[in-house]
Amino acid sequence: MSKTLFDKVWDTHVVRKIEGGPDVLFIDRHLIHEVTSPVAFLGLKSRGIKVLYPERTFATADHNTPTINQHLPVADPLSANQLKALESNSNEYGISHWGLGHQKNGIVHVVGPEYGITQPGATIVCGDSHTSTHGAFGAIAFGIGTSEVEMVLSTQCIMQPKPKKMRINVNGKLGAGVTPKDVALFIISQLTTSGATGYFVEYAGDVFENMTMEGRMTVCNLSIEMGARGGMIAPDETTINYVKGREFSPKGEAWDKALAYYKTLKTDADAVFDKELTFDGSSIEPMITYGTNPGMGIGISHEIPNADQVEGGAATYAKSLSYMGFSEGDSMIGKQVDFVFVGSCTNGRIEDFRAFTSLVKGRHKADNVTAWLVPGSHIVEAQIKEEGLLDILTEAGFTLRQPGCSACLAMNDDKVPAGKYAVSTSNRNFEGRQGPGSRTMLASPLVAAAAAVTGVVTDPRTLIENVESVNEVLV
Amino acid sequence: MAYDKFNILKSTAVPLPIENVDTDQLIPARFLKATERVGFGDNLFRDWRYNPDNTPKKDFVLNNPIYSGKILVGGKNFGSGSSREHAAWAVYDYGFRCVVSSFFADIFKNNCLNIGVLPVQVSPEFSEKIFAAIQADPNTELEINLPEQTITLLATGEKETFEISAYKKDNMLNGFDDIDYLQSIKPEIQEFALHLPL
Repeated sequence: MSKTLFDKVWDTHVVRKIEGGPDVLFIDRHLIHEVTSPVAFLGLKSRGIKVLYPERTFATADHNTPTINQHLPVADPLSANQLKALESNSNEYGISHWGLGHQKNGIVHVVGPEYGITQPGATIVCGDSHTSTHGAFGAIAFGIGTSEVEMVLSTQCIMQPKPKKMRINVNGKLGAGVTPKDVALFIISQLTTSGATGYFVEYAGDVFENMTMEGRMTVCNLSIEMGARGGMIAPDETTINYVKGREFSPKGEAWDKALAYYKTLKTDADAVFDKELTFDGSSIEPMITYGTNPGMGIGISHEIPNADQVEGGAATYAKSLSYMGFSEGDSMIGKQVDFVFVGSCTNGRIEDFRAFTSLVKGRHKADNVTAWLVPGSHIVEAQIKEEGLLDILTEAGFTLRQPGCSACLAMNDDKVPAGKYAVSTSNRNFEGRQGPGSRTMLASPLVAAAAAVTGVVTDPRTLIENVESVNEVLV
Repeated sequence: MAYDKFNILKSTAVPLPIENVDTDQLIPARFLKATERVGFGDNLFRDWRYNPDNTPKKDFVLNNPIYSGKILVGGKNFGSGSSREHAAWAVYDYGFRCVVSSFFADIFKNNCLNIGVLPVQVSPEFSEKIFAAIQADPNTELEINLPEQTITLLATGEKETFEISAYKKDNMLNGFDDIDYLQSIKPEIQEFALHLPL
């Protein structure tokens, strides 16, 4: 019987099917961090259970960590306590732990791929919704709750009903200044934040085939923002070239065996999806959000829609615009910007910093803007320095912080103050997400750069002298 | 984590007719720093419920004494966003045993089922009826009957059935969880692990 990519990976991992219930799904790789794991370990302790396969779990500290002076003790006692719990639990159960100060430390969804923990055809979970990132490699990867973290630690399995399948095709040539982030925000704006709930998405079409692994990670990362359990892209030469030779990637005979498996990972020509959508890539422009969920996004040159043009209750829509201080029919161009954040598991990779730097080069940070540039890992931090990007950024008035989740969810000190506006390359513009009362506009690193140097929301295409060359940097 | 068994729940309900309520609203990130599962109810809907000086916001429904009960009725796409189970813990810890909505986000729904909060998905029409009935009379009672899989507006007898997998229903009725089940099949899991491609 014909199968989709998703079917192939899922079915390979089903230990047992329960009648009238979920599948018991085996998990190849489990990523944990300090926020959603402590209570799971407490559960293990109270039940007196061990971790079944500690070598399949990897711990890194990221949500809480400071982004300056990481060599000093963490000032916030509650954060320090969680970081300590991750370390002591990892040590007690024999799990590798990349804590603050460790060379491999960084955002869980950035370091997983960098070290080859993420592999095609694997099942990967983490107590974090943006685990969908790893689907870029043709893995089934999704976020789980803390009870499920406990399940995976104790039995390496979770119990899940098999989701429905959706394919989203995007074909055509992307326009100047249009990045993978814009493709993702465009798709979410078309589907709304609940449009893919109950589905697992496969992204297909030449737009994704031509994307780098980092671009694919950005797209898959945002799958959760349209409600999907996860998103995935069939592995190809780009994928295999990325995975090969990384520290935890298979070597020797194991690599040959893995490669044979990777090559089976594609949707059969006549496989059927529960839902299929197709978009024209050439119609996408740089995107920005105006509301309080990631589905409330528009092309940057467009006006904020009227309530009757959007799906969802008018009262909820009015509440959202009121929170943002915006009105129906407003143009986003020229809106006030107080903060710019580049980072997170969505856009904290080297290509994002290359894109940002390409636009700020030879310009200067606007005086009214506070910019937080936060690499996703020490590897990204090192690349920024090695490639000379830091010199350009410094010249333009920017500084670089140390790796972590930072202002994406503001569990550390990087908080946008109440009432202030931030252009953020992260993944969520929910009320208070970047600090109580903060107002977030989600966008690509290029749109963030344009805002950082002009001090207001600006179409990056107006600042790019040779837009074609920028696309070469991006893709 | 074992939880109370769920069978038939008869209660008034708290209405929150807002769409796309995300888990950052249910429990903001800054309250996720605990290492134990206690006290999250105090911070349920923290920023909608309290002013920055910690005085209650009068216009938020949890601060309105005319509404109470063990059932929270939310708008469409309830629980979207972050996978934080803390959101479901906060709902449970505050005293809700059931959340009703015309549409739930996936991870939130799973998290609820795993910790003993019953998510009841109703049709958009029935959701409207519930909101209207509570608005007309805050003492409106709902009956959630898990064995029968029905939700009833007791004043009028209007009723809908809801879906839940037979497995999860059995768990909720008996206060079991998935870890108990997975532990029982551990030898089968270990045998399976020997034959994986990766």
